[in-house]
Amino acid sequence: SYFIFFSFQQRIEIHKLRQGDNLILGFSIGGGIDQDPAQNPFSEDKTDKGIYVTRVTEGGPAEVAGLQIGDKIMQVNGWDMTMVTHDQARKRLTKRNEEVVRLLVTRQSLQKAVQQSMMS
Amino acid sequence: KIESLKVTVDFLKVPLGLKKPPLKEALAAVPGPGRAKPLGVERHKPRRSDTMDNESQYSGYSYKSGHSRSSRKHRDRRDRHRSKSRDGSRGDKSVTIQAPGEPLLDNESTRGDERDDNWGETTTVVTGTSEHSISHDDITRITKDMEDSAHLDCSRHLGVSLAGALALLAFLTPLAFMLLPQLLWREELEPCGTPCEGLFISVAFKLLILLLGSWALFFRRPKAFFPRVFVFRALLMVLVFLLVVSYWLFYGVRILDSRDRNYQGVVQYAVSLVDALLFVHYLAVVLLELRQLQPQFTLKAVRSADGASRFYNVGHLSIQRAAVWILENYYHDFPVYNPALLNLPKSVLSKKMSGFKVYSLGEENTTNNSTGQSRAVIAAAARRRDNSHNEYYYEEAEHERRVRKRRARLVVAVEEAFTHIKRLQEEDQKNPREIMDPREAAQAIFASMARAMQKYLRTTKQQPYHTMESILQHLEFCITHDMTPKAFLERYLTAGPTIQYHKDRWLAKQWTLVSEEPVTNGLKDGVVFVLKRQDFSLVVSTKKIPFFKLSEEFVDPKSHKFVMRLQSETSV
Repeated sequence: SYFIFFSFQQRIEIHKLRQGDNLILGFSIGGGIDQDPAQNPFSEDKTDKGIYVTRVTEGGPAEVAGLQIGDKIMQVNGWDMTMVTHDQARKRLTKRNEEVVRLLVTRQSLQKAVQQSMMS
Repeated sequence: KIESLKVTVDFLKVPLGLKKPPLKEALAAVPGPGRAKPLGVERHKPRRSDTMDNESQYSGYSYKSGHSRSSRKHRDRRDRHRSKSRDGSRGDKSVTIQAPGEPLLDNESTRGDERDDNWGETTTVVTGTSEHSISHDDITRITKDMEDSAHLDCSRHLGVSLAGALALLAFLTPLAFMLLPQLLWREELEPCGTPCEGLFISVAFKLLILLLGSWALFFRRPKAFFPRVFVFRALLMVLVFLLVVSYWLFYGVRILDSRDRNYQGVVQYAVSLVDALLFVHYLAVVLLELRQLQPQFTLKAVRSADGASRFYNVGHLSIQRAAVWILENYYHDFPVYNPALLNLPKSVLSKKMSGFKVYSLGEENTTNNSTGQSRAVIAAAARRRDNSHNEYYYEEAEHERRVRKRRARLVVAVEEAFTHIKRLQEEDQKNPREIMDPREAAQAIFASMARAMQKYLRTTKQQPYHTMESILQHLEFCITHDMTPKAFLERYLTAGPTIQYHKDRWLAKQWTLVSEEPVTNGLKDGVVFVLKRQDFSLVVSTKKIPFFKLSEEFVDPKSHKFVMRLQSETSV
């Protein structure tokens, strides 16, 4: 058996949680076209300036919806997130009139290919 | 096609009197002074003076006459190219801008004029040109120096003498104004004490200032001979003339006739004339000197032979003045023209065309054969894989290596040679026989570097430019001024500008200005003119300096702030 490193896209729907006056999603983002991409620990390509999930709070709406640390957010409710500044990304995620955000994320996964499936 | 057109032109080479279109042929067909007269009467005003501005319209007339025969497009196009520049104001066909010195290879100057496609201009060298002959386009000769110079000197001096006479008249007029009443009706004049004396002094000083200013502005050796009249000078002369004439008119009528007794008024009249003349002088300074100082155009001069190019900034100038400006700068900016450096080495080129022989089998018809053959050869050569660039590259590299090696040898030889002599110090006690002057010192050390120098010059193909005598003289010069070997070699290691070389041999005496527009027109964006020599030409194109719109932005020094580039993390 051997390992395959691949990425796949996932759609995640997060329902925001109201905390006082704010609607929170329960994760942290890093990245953006105005940031230094070399310091991104999650990206495969160190020139990638996309938005990555750097932390997921336990029990938060993001974890419940299936978001994982290291995911790259491609779209938020149809808005592109691959070429935005850090602040623009934050704003698109924290729009006050939206209760639900639908994210399109890319996740890299390490899978162990099982050889016996080929032998049978 | 050329043959057929040539036939037509020959047919028309009949002098048809005063009709405009066949003027060129008439002129071309019948050399000699005889033909000049009837045509001269028709078209040319015989007055030779600087105030002939109509000469610039004159060229337009000749242009139109050439243009009217549009059936011969090929010929007219070339005519037009030549016509503008060829309009000489003093009847010369090649517009000459003369710089001192001898022309380079002047006796070969006819080389370019006898090409086949000059059939339109019917290569007649115009002989016996009187000043009244047409300034026409077909005749652009460079070899008629002698005829030219005789006529040109005459007219040039005429212009200068006219200007001088006018200046003298203007200068003496105020004095005459003041003296005539004293001479003619002295007894009747009212006495005029202090005010008049003050006015006398002011007139004296103003005239002195005028004299000095005119000397500074006008009495200069002309650096070039312009083909066309200098418009601004002509304008100023006309102005001065009108001024002086009108003053005399009024003086004659009001003062002489009526024998005015108020002497102070007469003196004040004279002072006003002097003031007016000073203002005309101010105008002259502005028009002739100041206007072209502010750069408005960028001229690009490219040498046609090897592509050396420079850019120059000039102000508002006419085409002829811009041409002279370019020439002045050409002599110290452009590296000297070396025909030996132009061609690709023979070893590269000769291989290109060899390798194909075309045999004609059973062909009777020989006229088509040659073109067919050459076309076949060219097509085959094009299809063949072309490796000549390879050979060129290696040849270049080899040449570079050779030059560097020779240069190293030369530098070492010269350095070593220079160590053999030193300047005589006062405290040295030397045998008088051992003391040398610079020439002898140069000769003493020249022998050790001569061979290396010769080899180097031969490799870089510079040997025609440096004779042994010139090298010795330069060595003597460097020794006299305590120059280092590197300073001595500076002249030989790089090709310098033309003016550096022996001026009798390399400085051209004569350039030809080729322009599509009349040469007294001002420069405009897109004007192109060509300065021709026998073996190369300078193509000059004009571009207007763009209009700059500067806007202002205030930057607060406190606003310069920086942050580290980090990966920020925001929780949402």
